Formats: sequence, structure tokens, C-alpha cells
Amino acid sequence: MIPAQFDYLAPTSLDEALAALAEHGDDAKIIAGGQSLLPVLRMRLNAPEMVIDLGKIESLRGIRDDGDHLVIGAMTTHATVASDSAVAEHAALISKAVEHLADSQIRHRGTFGGALAHADPAGDLGAPALALGAEFVIAGSGGTRTVAADDFFEDLFTTAIGEDEILTEVRIPKHTGWGAHYEKFVRVAHQWPIVAVAATVKADGGTIAEARVGLTNMGSTPLRARAVEQALVGQPATEDAVREAAGAAAEGTNPPSDLNGDADYRRHLATVLTRRAVLAAAGG
Amino acid sequence: MARIELTVDGAKVSDDVEPRMLLVQYLREKVGKTGTVIGCDTSNCGACTVHLDGQSVKSCNVLAVQADGGEVTTIEGLAQDGELHPMQAAFHECHALQCGFCTPGMIMQAVDLLKENPDPSEEEVRLGIEGNLCRCTGYHNIVKAVRTAAGSGGGAA
Repeated sequence: MIPAQFDYLAPTSLDEALAALAEHGDDAKIIAGGQSLLPVLRMRLNAPEMVIDLGKIESLRGIRDDGDHLVIGAMTTHATVASDSAVAEHAALISKAVEHLADSQIRHRGTFGGALAHADPAGDLGAPALALGAEFVIAGSGGTRTVAADDFFEDLFTTAIGEDEILTEVRIPKHTGWGAHYEKFVRVAHQWPIVAVAATVKADGGTIAEARVGLTNMGSTPLRARAVEQALVGQPATEDAVREAAGAAAEGTNPPSDLNGDADYRRHLATVLTRRAVLAAAGG
Repeated sequence: MARIELTVDGAKVSDDVEPRMLLVQYLREKVGKTGTVIGCDTSNCGACTVHLDGQSVKSCNVLAVQADGGEVTTIEGLAQDGELHPMQAAFHECHALQCGFCTPGMIMQAVDLLKENPDPSEEEVRLGIEGNLCRCTGYHNIVKAVRTAAGSGGGAA
């Protein structure tokens, strides 16, 4: 299968890319690593007239320490994020989610920013980004703005990034010393999760001081399980206490029904996976 | 058309290509590297795996223009001076194939895996090749071959 014809630009700076985007408007599509976009183009579910490739813009790659935050460049590959020691130390939840995202070949090409901008509700990065309170830095012709994770994911495949804007980096507040776990339920290897739960926990002895829980594929966007987070505060990190809190995981969700499972099944799965994820995160 | 220049199995190539041309098409149709095969054509099966700048990629899921300036190694570039690469030899030795269609991609991914993890456990091999599908072997002899190659320095491409 071959994509429909398109014109192609590979700008070497962000300004050039923004200018090209402004010129071509909604006829243009940004390609980052292309691991989600190329299947879409090949199946001709989308046929942009212009494809603007960010692959030659070096400033969009890399991970840096910025005091209270880690900053991940939008074009940093999943493989780079997965093997980065600063991410493992300060945002372990991201490391855990990226480690088993898709497969090795896809992780070599796919990018952190590309996957988040694509905003597939079954994507593995939305829930951890939401749970950690990530901030999204978005550049446009008028300058740069920062959008909070709670406002970034708007709907199925839809984010706060405007038509003439580009996601340049993601700022992750450091959660140093927090335990983390990403519990993903799949039928076969390298499949999209049917449901997954991202949990990160600050434990004080055997007690949960704070917890953040994000849900993958439980609605049209990634979701925060705030009722669970609140119920966990001050609880012992025991099977019974966590099970009780995790019972609220599906509150306020609107999961899809498909061949992999109906909505009720997913609601049940969310409570089970939340218990497992929180216990694993609390255990270190 | 867009001009691209890259290195394929050690040889410099340059061509004018349509931006929509996939890397696997370019390798097979323009460069003649038909050792790299198209399997599922949906980026699931991994049969088209090659190395781009030293990392395994699914060449049906990369545009040729994205590989501009890069260095590609295909299955045809692994053997040196008529000697099979240790991974190829191990696949032969362990009978790690039946129909053979997944083999080019499986070997390229296995070589990449050993570069990152020179002595993987059985489970790590199975995880490392999860992006490559084999419908004949049940993976048993493939896993055996990768671990055999690990013992004979199979990670160098």
C-alpha cells in the first residue's frame, strides 16, 4: 500500500517549519517519526497535500534538566526516552510506559511529542503525562505558549495544538523518589492496550502519602482517576486498602466497546489494573 | 520529486524519488535489495526490518525521503567476504526457519537486539523480537538461534 501523492518539505529550523505550516494551512500535515501517520497515509485514511517533516530540526531532540522539571524535546525517540537515566530517576512513570510501547523497531523511530500530539486514546504516553501533570510547550507564528496536561487532550485524536502550531517540548515536573508502574492489558504482543493504568506513588514507610493515577483507553482522551488518588492518601500500601481505593477507578469514565471488550468489561479491568499498578508502584 | 542521498550496504546511492515512496520500495525497486521483503505492509510483522543509522526500523513504515543522508544496512549487507554473519550462521545451524519469509527481518532485529543486550535471557529474546511475526516455527528455534549467536558475538553488524 502506497500513500496518495503529496509534496514534501524538510525544514532545518522551527521557524521554517512554522512558516511552511502557515503557508499551507490545513492542506499540510506534520510528520515526526511517522510511526502512526504512515499507516494512516498508506491506508489513505488521510491524504494531505503537503507533508512537513520535522526530522531535520535538531533543536527538537534531546532531554534536559531544568531544575524542577525534565524537558523532553518533541522529536526525541521513544528508545532515547526509555534508556535515559534522568527520566528513570525523576519521572519513572514515563520510563515504565515507554519501555513496552509498541515494539523495538517502532521505538527507534517513533517520537515522544509525535505520539502525544497524535492523541490516540489507546496510546501509552497520554495517561503518564496526565498523571505527572506535564506541561506542553507549543510554538506558533505569534510565539510560544504552555498548555497544562489537563487542557491538552481535547477529544479523540484532538489536542490543544492549533492548525498553525507545533508541539516543541514537554515539561515533566520531577517526581524524584516516587515509585511507578504502568500496567497494560493486551491480548497479544505489541498490541494497543485494551486498558492500561499509569500509577505513581510517593510512599512514606508503608503508607501512601500521595498518588497519581492515569487511565489509557477509558474514554476519548486519557483520564485521571482522581477519586482513586484521593482515596489512597494516608492509606497503607496493602492489598486490601488499595483494592478498596481502586474500586473507584472507573468513576467518570466513558470507555469504548469493541471486539476486545465492551465498556463494562473495561470498567472492571480499570479497577483490577489500578490495584495492580498502585501496589507495584508503592512497592518500589 | 525529491533528491535523496544515502548509503546502502556500504555503497553510496542517490536518486530522485517521489516523497511518498516507502524506504522498502526504494530498497527493492531502485537499489535492487530484494533480500528485504514486504510482509504485512501494515508495520506489524517486521519482515521488512533493516538498520537505519545503526538502529532497526520497519522499512515499510519509513519514507525514503526520511532516510536521506542516512546509512542503511539490509540483510544483504550482513555477510562479510563470503562469510555468513554469526546470526545468519546461527539461524542456519539451529534450523530457525521453515518458509523463510520472516527471516531477513528476524535476523536484522536479532542483530539489533544483541547490540543493546549482548547476552539476553530467553524471555528477553522473546520480548526483543516481539515486533517480528513468524507463522511457521512457533519461535522456539529462532530464540535458540539468537542465544546461540549471542555466544559467538552475533551483535556486530
